[in-house]
Amino acid sequence: MLENIYTELIAEHSQSRDNRRCLEHATISERGHNPSCGDEITLELEVADGTIKDAAFSGAGCAISQASTDMMIELMRGKTVDEARRLAELFIKMIQGEVTDDAELDELDEAAALKNISTMPARVKCATLAWHTLDTAVEKLGGDVRA
Amino acid sequence: MDKNFLNDFPILRSKMNGHTLAYLDNSATTQKPESVVRSICGYYGGCNANPHRGVYELSVKATKVYEEARRKVADFLNATPREIIFTKNATESLNLIAYSYGLTNLRGDDEILITIAEHHSNLVPWQRVAQATGAKLNYIYLSADGNLSAADITAKLTPRTKILAVTQISNVLGLVNDVKTLATQAHEVGAVIVVDGSQSVPHIPVDVRDLDADFLAFSGHKMLSPMGIGVLYGKRKLLEEMPPFLSGGDMIEYVEEQTTTYAELPQKFEAGTQNVGGAAGLSAAIDYLRGVGFDTIERIEHDLTTFAVDELKRLPYVELYGCDAANKIGIVSFNVKDVHPHDVATILDAEGVAIRAGHHCAQPLIKYLGQTATCRASFYFYNTRRDVERLIEAIQKVRGVMHLA
Repeated sequence: MLENIYTELIAEHSQSRDNRRCLEHATISERGHNPSCGDEITLELEVADGTIKDAAFSGAGCAISQASTDMMIELMRGKTVDEARRLAELFIKMIQGEVTDDAELDELDEAAALKNISTMPARVKCATLAWHTLDTAVEKLGGDVRA
Repeated sequence: MDKNFLNDFPILRSKMNGHTLAYLDNSATTQKPESVVRSICGYYGGCNANPHRGVYELSVKATKVYEEARRKVADFLNATPREIIFTKNATESLNLIAYSYGLTNLRGDDEILITIAEHHSNLVPWQRVAQATGAKLNYIYLSADGNLSAADITAKLTPRTKILAVTQISNVLGLVNDVKTLATQAHEVGAVIVVDGSQSVPHIPVDVRDLDADFLAFSGHKMLSPMGIGVLYGKRKLLEEMPPFLSGGDMIEYVEEQTTTYAELPQKFEAGTQNVGGAAGLSAAIDYLRGVGFDTIERIEHDLTTFAVDELKRLPYVELYGCDAANKIGIVSFNVKDVHPHDVATILDAEGVAIRAGHHCAQPLIKYLGQTATCRASFYFYNTRRDVERLIEAIQKVRGVMHLA
């Protein structure tokens, strides 16, 4: 069971420094945390013309929350805000076990590797933290950036 | 050779992820022996009625169960029954003191002194009292070995201090504070001492008269009892002078349209129908603990703690917190290098080893230790050396699973 969770891919993403930085031109910075366990991230997005031009994060937490954040950022870069929200919803549905079809999950790219978290109720919040934070951030941006 | 306690705790034989459970989260809550479970069933099966209210025999029976539990708790702590208030847990007990004593007695230039090692339940209520009254909230910090800084105590416990609130045993570090000396020091400056006994009452003999504690709070569920029953001990004079906390049924003497006179202690602080089944369980738990004996409990827990600390010190990638002091009991906090505690706990869980990971409801302490979270293994007398060995074996797998080895 553990081998399906703590894969090399997850280990790589949790240790990667590539997306751990501050954006020079961040449109919004959103903090997300799980008060019960202490996972904490700050997600930064640079949005222009309704598209996520760049994204980065800082924070501390378990391998699952950090890897999930890293994978999400790589997936979201270049996506439109509407597309990002749709993908975040798809990811959360995958973790909640509502979407299980691999073909459907294909567009989550590497983040689909976190599918097995759906069998670990105690870790669901770790996996979804970044995606909920993204959703909150783009909701706060509202229609402004799409104009 | 100690009795095989496992026979009394069938849950400890259950399988988790294909392994027999090694339950090492006793600081969070303990398991319940069959005698406690039977006493709860016995109450609801044969004695259930609303106590203090009915004149009929069954209600008298329920009252007897409830008041006998109170007498037993009083005897257990060397207090008198009217000084024992039943609550739902230590959190409620501490809130009762904060709201009823703190809000009534504190003014703007007063100070509240607590330690950086407090559980949120003995910290957040005092923040709220400070915010409401304008009093200042001060902290005693720690010396290098994790014990309270003696210099801080001397410097910060002053005639302005009206309340000293301190845990008897830290729920993160397992270090035992010298509450008896702290009580003397508090009384010398005219402060009252509030003792959080959540981690002490289940593990060491606690005599409130000997400690000269003004208030002491603990939860039943951390000492073999069901959840939802807790205790507040308070010196009679203090409790008598305090206004009620919650108000309603059963805590009154006379109710007029605009005014009410309140019942005597302890009913003054027990509004509404109480958790009589829980009190029955707590009573049975005290019987069980007395049967085992605190000498035995302390000996077993000391052995397990020493064994665990010695074994963990052999692992170069494990960092320990508060493990160099002698006054330590039952709780070991640690981190595995480069691995977040939640991942450690998940990997241990796959081996059937249950530990706690996170901030342990003590965020200011974890921050003070320079961490964001820790792993915590906590023992009770029913744990065995085999449980500790399994903990160590599982920890040895952690870095490999995380692709770090």
